[in-house]
Amino acid sequence: MRDYVQTAATAARIAEAQARYVHTIDDGNCVEWPEFFVDDCFYMVTTADNFAQNLEAGIIWLDSKAMLHDRILSLFEANVYERHSYRHMIGQPFITSIEGDEVECESSFMVARITREGPTMLFATGRYIDRWRLSDEQALIVKRIVVLDSGYIDTLLGFPL
Amino acid sequence: MTTAKGGHATMDGARPTSETTPHWAEEDGGTRVPYWVFQREDVRRLETDKVFHGPCWNYLCLECELVAPGDFVAVHVGETPVIVTRDADGQFYAFENRCAHRGSLLALEDRGNVKDFTCVYHAWTHSLQGDLVGIAFKDGIKGCGGIAEGFDMSKYGPRKLRVQTVEGMIFGSFDEDVDDLEDYLGEELIGRIARVFNGRTPVVLARFTQILPNNWKLYVENTKDSYHASILHTFFTTFELNRLSQKGGIIVSEEGGCHVSYSMIDRDAEEKKKNASLYAEQKIRSDKDIALQDTSMLQGFKEFPDDITLQILTVFPNFVLQQIQNSLAVRRVQPTATDSTQLHWTYFGFEEDTPEERKIRLKQANLVGPGGYVSMEDGCIGGFVQRATATASGERAVLAMGGYDIGSGNDRITEASIRGFWAEYRARTGL
Ligand code: FES
Ligand SMILES: [Fe+2]
Repeated sequence: MRDYVQTAATAARIAEAQARYVHTIDDGNCVEWPEFFVDDCFYMVTTADNFAQNLEAGIIWLDSKAMLHDRILSLFEANVYERHSYRHMIGQPFITSIEGDEVECESSFMVARITREGPTMLFATGRYIDRWRLSDEQALIVKRIVVLDSGYIDTLLGFPL
Repeated sequence: MTTAKGGHATMDGARPTSETTPHWAEEDGGTRVPYWVFQREDVRRLETDKVFHGPCWNYLCLECELVAPGDFVAVHVGETPVIVTRDADGQFYAFENRCAHRGSLLALEDRGNVKDFTCVYHAWTHSLQGDLVGIAFKDGIKGCGGIAEGFDMSKYGPRKLRVQTVEGMIFGSFDEDVDDLEDYLGEELIGRIARVFNGRTPVVLARFTQILPNNWKLYVENTKDSYHASILHTFFTTFELNRLSQKGGIIVSEEGGCHVSYSMIDRDAEEKKKNASLYAEQKIRSDKDIALQDTSMLQGFKEFPDDITLQILTVFPNFVLQQIQNSLAVRRVQPTATDSTQLHWTYFGFEEDTPEERKIRLKQANLVGPGGYVSMEDGCIGGFVQRATATASGERAVLAMGGYDIGSGNDRITEASIRGFWAEYRARTGL
């Protein structure tokens, strides 16, 4: 019972942080996206197929918060793409382990893309495979592997998932 | 039953072809490209026959993807599904992914290891070389049924491709009479391919497929368009990472369809620039806030004996080999409709890589692919052309950069290799 209560409380904290994460990307200031991560974080976007085969490279592969920052900077300053936005739906975190202040969990997501000349379309589904670090004040992502269910990416992948 | 306006519905229900293929003016050569070539279904069918099924070498996969006997990968040649295998004799084979009986797909996975290809529909069995070798209920049951008398299995089977390899890459052709791969590529291209592989053993680092909202030829044009790189892709210039001092050039194959474009460090200019920036650092930089915070991605390692930091190589019709710093990949272009293309990326490194080198490849993979800093733009640009030209089928693109010839040269502000592509495309399709 105690374990259950602890897990539920932890899941609730992560769910709350995810809600802010989604808000930041979809409706808030995307520039703040790196603030959800620790300094020496790891973030990658790959596919279920590559993940199952332990293939190492990603569509996005970042191993420091500074690289996350650079990704956003590049999107706003350097990259050229048609205006578009995403809408994330994130499922409840499924906690797989708790070790001290670090928590591993998985959450399913669906992301719709809205482009300038197109309808809202389902862009990606998949799961986050995460390691979070919780302190009294905050919940930060140590590692997030975004595993896309499909290996097919429509047009381009701009903003973070 | 309704009758199509201006014509009669055909018996098979196919849409009547209201017009014949428009004329591509002889004098336009490869310098003016009519937009209908990106739009027409009849052109798409012609390409299947004359290009993808014609005397061309299509890239299939890497040798390292087929290690053990029975390993296979399922790919496409043009729009035709194809299986590539390694048999017990160690050789590679390729044949249409189509059952000899009633035409079902034989391989239902992208890759795997099998002892044969037994069709799920009625269990006809095909060998790893693509021969029909077994028929379920061949002799019927209790004297009833069974395959027709005198049925000769060796006369049936999916179409086979001729297969040849170069530097660990497997190519296939539906036409037995195609030139040898070596002659098709030519010495210069082979040298440029060997330069990348350099006798090492490739390992796959990841595979991704990008769906492009445009005709496949618009992507092929894009890969041959060395002129757009520094204009459309501003990652390097924005962060002042580019080397304006780079030397480079292009090589166009004799028939026009294959090419190499490359750029290399100009050591003298680098030195001057270094001194200049030392001087500039004395001043306060106003654009400080748009510098990259983490530049480790660009700290590559010395991999090649020459100073070439970027080399894009294409083989007519469907293949790209990429070296962008230490990021290596092969790309296979696969049409799926007149206005839709799949771009199959395979990032690779080598078994010989040190862990540090491998990490650099993983970091530099951020530069390319569907989310790449210097390539994500290519995912949408073809769609911009497709949409803008939708009702301009009679208009023509113009390829006059660098003159009108299709020769090799020492600069990259040229459309010579695109003209080369169209010259070879026209010769092969007869358009
Ligand atoms: S279609 Fe393959 S066995 Fe009948
Ligand atoms: Fe490009």
